[in-house]
Amino acid sequence: MESDILRIENFYAGFGNSTILKNINFSVVENKITSIMGPSGCGKTTLIRCINRLHEFSPGATFSGRILLRGEDIYSINPISVRRKIGMVFQRPNPFPNMSIYDNVISGYILNGIHLSREEKERVVTTSLKKAGLWEEVKDSLHRRGTFLSGGQQQRLCIARALAMNPDILLLDEPTSSLDPKSTLLIEQLMEELKQTITTLIVTHNISQAARISDYVAFLYLGELIEFGPSNKIFTNPENKKTEEYLTGKFG
Amino acid sequence: MDNKNISKRIFKDRIFTVCVTFLAFIACLPLLGILFLIIKNGASSINLGFFIHLPKPVGEEGGGIANAIVGTFIVVGIAFLIATPISLLTGIFLSENRKSRFSEMVRVSIDILSGIPSIVIGIIAYLWVVKPMKGFSALSGGIALAMIMLPVVIKSAEETLKLIPYSLREASFALGVPYYRTVLKVILPTGFSGIITGVLIAVARIAGETAPLLFTAFGNPFMNFNITKPVNALPLLVFNYATSPYEQWHKIAWGAAFILIIIVFVVNILARMISKKWKVTF
Repeated sequence: MESDILRIENFYAGFGNSTILKNINFSVVENKITSIMGPSGCGKTTLIRCINRLHEFSPGATFSGRILLRGEDIYSINPISVRRKIGMVFQRPNPFPNMSIYDNVISGYILNGIHLSREEKERVVTTSLKKAGLWEEVKDSLHRRGTFLSGGQQQRLCIARALAMNPDILLLDEPTSSLDPKSTLLIEQLMEELKQTITTLIVTHNISQAARISDYVAFLYLGELIEFGPSNKIFTNPENKKTEEYLTGKFG
Repeated sequence: MDNKNISKRIFKDRIFTVCVTFLAFIACLPLLGILFLIIKNGASSINLGFFIHLPKPVGEEGGGIANAIVGTFIVVGIAFLIATPISLLTGIFLSENRKSRFSEMVRVSIDILSGIPSIVIGIIAYLWVVKPMKGFSALSGGIALAMIMLPVVIKSAEETLKLIPYSLREASFALGVPYYRTVLKVILPTGFSGIITGVLIAVARIAGETAPLLFTAFGNPFMNFNITKPVNALPLLVFNYATSPYEQWHKIAWGAAFILIIIVFVVNILARMISKKWKVTF
């Protein structure tokens, strides 16, 4: 049975006087991959930064509307607890440079001052790295700095770091745009495996990536949600002309 | 093709290479000259007694500068303890609030403070600390040196922290880490080596300052550990002994200068080692 985990209702967001997102409405289905795609500057990144409330850190950020996580408005609860339930991976890998691989994985606990026993630490590090598909590559160098890894490995380390907090939702902001094809493939396979236990929202520039991995697709254009639906429908039979033009490469 | 033109270029290139190398060598000459002179004149007065004995009256052989070495460590230590926390917090403030009016004001004040001659700082410390306390003291010397140290450390801390990419903060925020913990646990540790280097370079700089100590630490021919009493310091001793008419004291001044330079040298090397060892790459 499919159920909605996140509902976005009449959501507007912007910076200062300019509005980036206009009246966004859609729902994210639990344990599925939802892609947000659209041309540059259409507000994809702003949208997912609103979902874990990072948007409000930007100077002059404005927003209105509701985002419901399991029926509860995330703008009515503490942003810190929102961010612990909704993990995020950024466009460029950003492991903490002063920490080892091991500490990077449990950095969410370390930085928040949450005490873990030795066994808990071992368990969280091992399972998160295994989930992120990085365990085999780093199990012998857990105490080296995270920045020694290659870009693709660093990005999977960042995914492991987000997974270690056991979030309900994982937000990925163009996670493969700075990676080579092989690392991209690894991360896409990884997302496929993670679907069992976690809801993923991915922003992507790459139409074929969205087609490969997503169950649902949201197409944004100039800050408006043009079309939302199951990906096989959008990719084979889009309702809106703009969507069709974007998918066939007429603009974007 | 145009072989002549190319050989002309190669020739020019050689000339420039020679010139640049030569000028770089010239830049090192003052230091080499100073080191040569000080080692030549100072090294001969160095022996164990020089470190552990107090100065002797004119005419008596031997004597050391133990009081000045201890005094320098006390005064610099006080300056370090006062200036480091203030500079660190100011540096954090400035790098976190880059555009506010108040931080612009702070930045301008710090630039002006760093331009104030050290002798003026000495007089100010005299008026603010020595006079109300009714006496010269190590504490007042430390405060004067701290005022010189502040702008140096603040600037270096601010610059170091500014270089830390915004993406690291976001990584921390996205894990649900509150702002203050992000600053304390992500930003500060990442900038740690740069901050420590800045502190050490500032320490090396103030260790040699004489003018601010003239009216504050004042100098003292005896050993003193009490920070409310006057102490001697290496630069003060060099100043007093070098301007005295006695040949024997001149020798001691050279020896003290030698030790002062060694201290500065060691601190600088330490700073380089720390910045290499704990360097964080993004």
